[in-house]
Amino acid sequence: MKKSTAQNSIRPWAVLFWLLVWQGASMIFAALWPNGHLLLASPISAAVRLGELARTAAFWRAVGGSIAHIFGGFLAGCTLAAVLAALSARWRLVRELLAPLAAAVKAVPVVSFIILALVWLDSRSLPLFISALMVFPPVYLNVLAGIAAADGRLLEMARVFRVPLGRRLTGIYLPAVLPYFRSAVSLALGLCWKAGAAAEVIGLPAGTIGERLYTAKVYFQTPDLFAWTAVIVAVSVLFEKLFLALVDALAGKAGL
Amino acid sequence: MDVHIEHLCKAYDGKPVLENVSFTAAAGRVTCIMAPSGRGKTTLLRILLGLERADSGTVTLPEHCRWSAVFQEDRLLEHLDAMGNLRFVLGGALDGAAAGRLLAELGLEDTAGKPVREFSGGMKRRLALARALLAPFDLLALDEPFTGLDGDNRERAWRCVLDRTAGRTVLLVSHELPPAGEVDLVRL
Repeated sequence: MKKSTAQNSIRPWAVLFWLLVWQGASMIFAALWPNGHLLLASPISAAVRLGELARTAAFWRAVGGSIAHIFGGFLAGCTLAAVLAALSARWRLVRELLAPLAAAVKAVPVVSFIILALVWLDSRSLPLFISALMVFPPVYLNVLAGIAAADGRLLEMARVFRVPLGRRLTGIYLPAVLPYFRSAVSLALGLCWKAGAAAEVIGLPAGTIGERLYTAKVYFQTPDLFAWTAVIVAVSVLFEKLFLALVDALAGKAGL
Repeated sequence: MDVHIEHLCKAYDGKPVLENVSFTAAAGRVTCIMAPSGRGKTTLLRILLGLERADSGTVTLPEHCRWSAVFQEDRLLEHLDAMGNLRFVLGGALDGAAAGRLLAELGLEDTAGKPVREFSGGMKRRLALARALLAPFDLLALDEPFTGLDGDNRERAWRCVLDRTAGRTVLLVSHELPPAGEVDLVRL
């Protein structure tokens, strides 16, 4: 399966350049205003603060809490989207019924869903629901496209030879769907963490990264803000790599 | 039981492909349906296999008959090896030793672990034939099964067909006669 192209790869020198720009900007802020270091914390102070936070149990509890909510929502959304895509591929009525729903979830700003869901749900369930919601359209639409891309001639062959559904799923549909599923997951995991963290900041479930981000904002702790943001990015990237490695391992095992 | 085809007609976009085709394929024999390209040979097999509907006419088949087929295209799972393709169709009923013997007869003995996408055109054709011969069937449809095979491989493949279909009904679609053996000829 095709992975990221060299055109999109991030070079260490480019990262270093932007870190230097950030450091320079924060030094200029600190020199120009008495509390300038609070307006824009430097990358060094953010890294130092991250190191301090990582030595506390509360930090790992917050990271664990957010992972449980957001990744749990991702898995639930993925499963629901894949099942509904399979039903949509089988029955046109289901496909027609779900088309406006998928389009609406794609088009409506996530913050509207967060505020609306906060009326119905408790703050702990909010990030789980929002993550699942964000994952649904890309996974649903891509899995549906993957099923449609399954080779019709192979399906005819399987029909003539009376191949049972289980083997048709693994032999014909799975190889057709996996590349589509892979690209959907790559997109969805990023969306999931961004929307999930936003839901935590608004809903403020106790012991989560979102709550700590909000606290950092209230107390003007910009090094904490950057440190927690870095944690979200790191966890998001880590989970994307791990999940895609799992999908690739599955594809490799199937000989794709 | 014989296969009866009576007054079969099929057209695509108003252009007739099969016009009033009638013949009987005798049970337990090889019937070779010959016609130049574009005269509806493949369409006729697709109708018999239940993949298309005729515009008019009737097809009478034995009750609960099981088809096996070599299609016009190889229709193999490109990511699997030869045994993987046979297992896809046969599942737990695959007899590894019998499959190995047939693959060897067809010159595919050294292909274990090699995905079909790395096969030559002729190798793919022989594997498609092996799959059709190993699957359980009452009726066998062969659509130009020797395409891409040279003289030796063609004769070897035809011998495998005759050895493994004795007493069963075979419908062979071709634009030329098979290498040897007694067949009933139908010209479209």
